[in-house]
Amino acid sequence: MNPLVLNEELSQLSLLVTYAAMAVFTLAFLVSGYHLSQAASSKSRILENQQAATRSGNVAVLEKESDIATQDSSKSLIVLERVSLALAILGTLILAAGVIMRGIAAARVPWANLYEYSITGALILMMIYLVSVRSKEVRIMATFVVGFVLLVLGTAVSVFYVQVASLMPALQSYWLVIHVMVALLATGFFSLAAALSLAYLLKTANWVENAKTKGTENFRAILGIFPSKETLERLAYRFNISGFILWSFTLIAGAIWAERAWHRYWGWDTKEVWTFIIWALYAGYLHANATRGWTGKRAVWLGLIGFAAVVFNFTIVNMFFKGLHVYSGL
Amino acid sequence: MSSSQLYESPDIGLTGWARWIWRQLTSMRTALLLLLLLAAASVPGSIYPQRSADPNGVALYFREDQQLAEVLDFFQLFDVYNSIWFSAIYILLFTSLVGCVLPRTKVHYEALKAEPVQTPTNLSRMPVYQMEQAPQGIDPIVEGKKILETQRYRVIQRGDSVSAEKGYIRETANLIYHFSLVGVLIAVGIGGGLSFSGQRVLAEGETFVNNLAGFDSLSPGTFFDPERLAPISVTLDKFEVDYDFLNETNIGAPLDFRATVTVRTPTDQAGQTSLVRVNEPLDSRGASVYLTGHGYAPEITIRDANGDISYSGATIFLPQDGNLTSIGIIKVPDNLPEQIGVVAFFYPSAIELASGAYTSIFPGVIDPLISMNVYTGDLGLDSGIPLNVYALDTDRLNQVAGRGTNNPAVEIRLGETVDLPEGLGTVTFDGIKRFASLDIAYNPGQLWVLIFAMLSLAGIIVSLTTPRRRIWIKKVGASFEVAGLSRRDDPRLEEVVRELTESIKKEK
Ligand code: HEM
Repeated sequence: MNPLVLNEELSQLSLLVTYAAMAVFTLAFLVSGYHLSQAASSKSRILENQQAATRSGNVAVLEKESDIATQDSSKSLIVLERVSLALAILGTLILAAGVIMRGIAAARVPWANLYEYSITGALILMMIYLVSVRSKEVRIMATFVVGFVLLVLGTAVSVFYVQVASLMPALQSYWLVIHVMVALLATGFFSLAAALSLAYLLKTANWVENAKTKGTENFRAILGIFPSKETLERLAYRFNISGFILWSFTLIAGAIWAERAWHRYWGWDTKEVWTFIIWALYAGYLHANATRGWTGKRAVWLGLIGFAAVVFNFTIVNMFFKGLHVYSGL
Repeated sequence: MSSSQLYESPDIGLTGWARWIWRQLTSMRTALLLLLLLAAASVPGSIYPQRSADPNGVALYFREDQQLAEVLDFFQLFDVYNSIWFSAIYILLFTSLVGCVLPRTKVHYEALKAEPVQTPTNLSRMPVYQMEQAPQGIDPIVEGKKILETQRYRVIQRGDSVSAEKGYIRETANLIYHFSLVGVLIAVGIGGGLSFSGQRVLAEGETFVNNLAGFDSLSPGTFFDPERLAPISVTLDKFEVDYDFLNETNIGAPLDFRATVTVRTPTDQAGQTSLVRVNEPLDSRGASVYLTGHGYAPEITIRDANGDISYSGATIFLPQDGNLTSIGIIKVPDNLPEQIGVVAFFYPSAIELASGAYTSIFPGVIDPLISMNVYTGDLGLDSGIPLNVYALDTDRLNQVAGRGTNNPAVEIRLGETVDLPEGLGTVTFDGIKRFASLDIAYNPGQLWVLIFAMLSLAGIIVSLTTPRRRIWIKKVGASFEVAGLSRRDDPRLEEVVRELTESIKKEK
């Protein structure tokens, strides 16, 4: 057997690099948030100008002025969006370096404890986002996605962090590579769908639709530049479909692995239970999308409940529930 | 005559009711609610310990709060997945599924034989619609039909319009998906009934024979027939562990467990030697052998006051922590002049704490030590009640060595022989072996579960990624219209209609 060599210094460096990625993501978050607010105010300015132009008789002059103003602001909006996208890409590259270093330091795939699941999962989510970013409707979700990734990474480095350690024999299996990778992929798709669903719910919420205070009015203006609620719902559905297929595979792969490791393919261990619950919830969500009276808001809520179960499974079940799966490393 | 008349009207009422209930049960809304209910009903099983997975956890509940535990038990919260209420939910769900999918199969079968639907009169009402000038010398209907046929649509021309449809496989795959779920359930049920799994702890050198008496514990399925146990024997030749000595932060972490076993069959007395590791069970016909645990089995000999051997052999010590501080129980009924019971602690790498107690600081054998609390009295072996070999009931025994007595615990290092107190005899620490916990399991259903699960996965992938599309082309004077409609979400519908229109125009 080759001797195992763990590289603790490299793993410290990986942690530093992960912090650096978080710094860049924070910038990306701020810029994309600023972009949203600018886009919202420019949109309402255009509307105001148009109204003013129609009211005053002097349409031609005003229109010209507002055209110039619109062009200027739309140019700066494009720049802002590009900058935030560039920052997101840069952050993702740095995070990728951090994750790879962690893997090299541990001499194995970097997904074998809660800290590693989190950083690899964050990386995968960013990659899925960046691949989908060509669609304008998905691109606008930057603030949500990067914000969520920051939350995940922040929890990872502050709560989940553990030193590099060897793989316990129970985890030494190529099923670790397949099963966990696919689970993280599924979680990435579910997360994006959840971001879109959240935008949908905010957009259709009563307190937003009938905004009373200045603050909520601004908020509504920002939501106004998000895709229409039909588009949000449809996109969320598409991401959830990918997530559901991958999650089904996760469940099957987990059962095959359990048979190899524990002599039975299914034993209602806590982690198995929650994998099943998530699967059933999303199956319910897909049904809701085909059931009269359940499409729209109800289905979106169901999708979010499914996602809440994913988050619960990832955090609370991993850390506090008793069972055979004790891999958080905490 | 009159009685049949009497029965007639309530009879109609009953079938009416039955039909109504059946319609409710097989509605999409019910399926949805039952799925959510199934998810919710699974939750308590992850909160309360389950008898099947964690019997000790259940016992603990009963010990800590008997009353609460009895209430929980009444609601079957320790057996959630076999409970009446959980079973009721999934049986209803699958009844609903069959009741839903069978009629859909019939409808779909008919749709497969039927021609594409009539072209609607008003195509501009369709979700995707385009109208274009037809180029000179081109019949958009003929061209369009040709293109759609190469794209594997089912096409029919009716007058000056074409109606095309594709993606029937979406529904086919969806039906396969749902039927496969039934297949999974049936395979799980039948396989579970025919299955068995047994546990056996073996010290190095020991042999286990695959029959009912050979197991320490056995969980057979309902239809399991002991006659069908494969006639094999398994010898644990060697058990090896690699620990990390190299990486400072990781010292003592186990890197690999290897059990070398020899499997013999009636026709192969020499046997086949192979390696069993975690994740790499030994698959032999009719049963697989899995490695599920390990620990130390120190070899101990006890001699009575006359010097005659009253106990000897490798004794299983159950690990208590990551550095393998282990506890073993020794019962010596034939010792003279008195029966002896021992609660022994084994420290593979012992150090003494400030308190005078010992602990192990490394799971490998570096400086092994056994420390014994010794009891005398009636071990209760003759009472006829089956006793746990891993526990000693000290209540009725008299402690003669260890904390709280006049004699210190008997401490003994590898190779030493030490006197027992009060002239009971001597004890020798002869050597150290390891033991392995093996699971022997057989489930003829699991391959079928896998096959149906994969089939369902294939079904859901095809069903969710193939759109069911309808396309119409219609000639209106010198122009032509193209329209498209998809059942459910279809990201490419617009593109498809646009491309089709372009190709018709380009065709020459
Ligand atoms: C174990 C229970 C069930 C599971 C896990 C399940 C899962 C699913 C999933 C994941 C889909 C989405 C596939 C798609 O949209 O093409 C689906 C579709 C569907 N299911 Fe189920 N199902 C179950 C039971 C039922 C039952 C009981 C019914 C009938 C009442 C039913 C009727 C349907 C129908 C009609 C569709 C197609 C919806 C569409 O038009 O796309 N399913 N099912």
